[in-house]
Amino acid sequence: MQWNSVSEFFAMGGYAFYVWGSFGITALVVAVEMVLIRARRRELIEQIRTELASQRTSP
Amino acid sequence: MKTRVINWFKFASPQGFYFLAGRMWPWFAVLSAILMVVGLWISFFVAPTDAQQGQGYRIIFVHVPVSQMSMLIYLVMAAWAGLGLAFNTRLSAMMASALAPTGALFTFLSLATGSLWGKPMWGTWWVWDARLTSELILLFLYLGFLALQSSIDDPRRADKACAVLALVGVVNVPIIYFSVVWWNTLHQGASVSLTSAPSMAAPMLAGMLVMVLAFWMYAIAAALARVRSIILDRERHTEWVKHAVE
Repeated sequence: MQWNSVSEFFAMGGYAFYVWGSFGITALVVAVEMVLIRARRRELIEQIRTELASQRTSP
Repeated sequence: MKTRVINWFKFASPQGFYFLAGRMWPWFAVLSAILMVVGLWISFFVAPTDAQQGQGYRIIFVHVPVSQMSMLIYLVMAAWAGLGLAFNTRLSAMMASALAPTGALFTFLSLATGSLWGKPMWGTWWVWDARLTSELILLFLYLGFLALQSSIDDPRRADKACAVLALVGVVNVPIIYFSVVWWNTLHQGASVSLTSAPSMAAPMLAGMLVMVLAFWMYAIAAALARVRSIILDRERHTEWVKHAVE
């Protein structure tokens, strides 16, 4: 292990912005994609259910 | 003795694949999460400091995986699209559409993390050199695929148009890959190749490979989860979808 302290770890030898920026943006994009996939599925199922319900009420 | 025969063709139908994908994607997601934790541990606590770039080199553990994903997903997407075009199979085109957004996101991440690496090491966020420019073209190919898909109302016609676009765009992938060999670029050459020994320390290589695998699993999970919505959407007027959403 090459870190002597927690602050040294977060400082990343002076490259903190670039290293944490790279990992941070990747984590953010992955998280957003997961949310979007879930939201799309929920919306779609809701939409199909509404369609089916309206078909039943108006024969 | 009774032998159980699995009818694999069942899964080639959108309906069969919908349920198969639903059962499979959580496993890939869990695998990805485990590999991600191991990969990040190696990246930050096992891999030594780089002699030239100090701690700044650690961007490699995210930049290389997302960059190879951007190219690999494109090839897989084009292969699915080509299969759909050749055999007129509906599911193939749906898989291609499911991969496109994930591929576009990885391409964006490749450019973003590359920029964040270029600034401290090269002194610039961006240069118009062969590697960076061809990767930017890859992003435009993905965005073009997605735009074309949403601009044509008939999904079957959209599939065909998108397949042609995806297949023509394949020519860009070897250009990206070999750009650092063919042209004199600011971007460094490959650290890992199939033909020669890797030019990096073993723990660094291990960290990178684990992260690559983690992103493979993630991309599979994302594509499988997304294709389920695409299948439901396109098959919405069938009986099985009506039962599936109840």
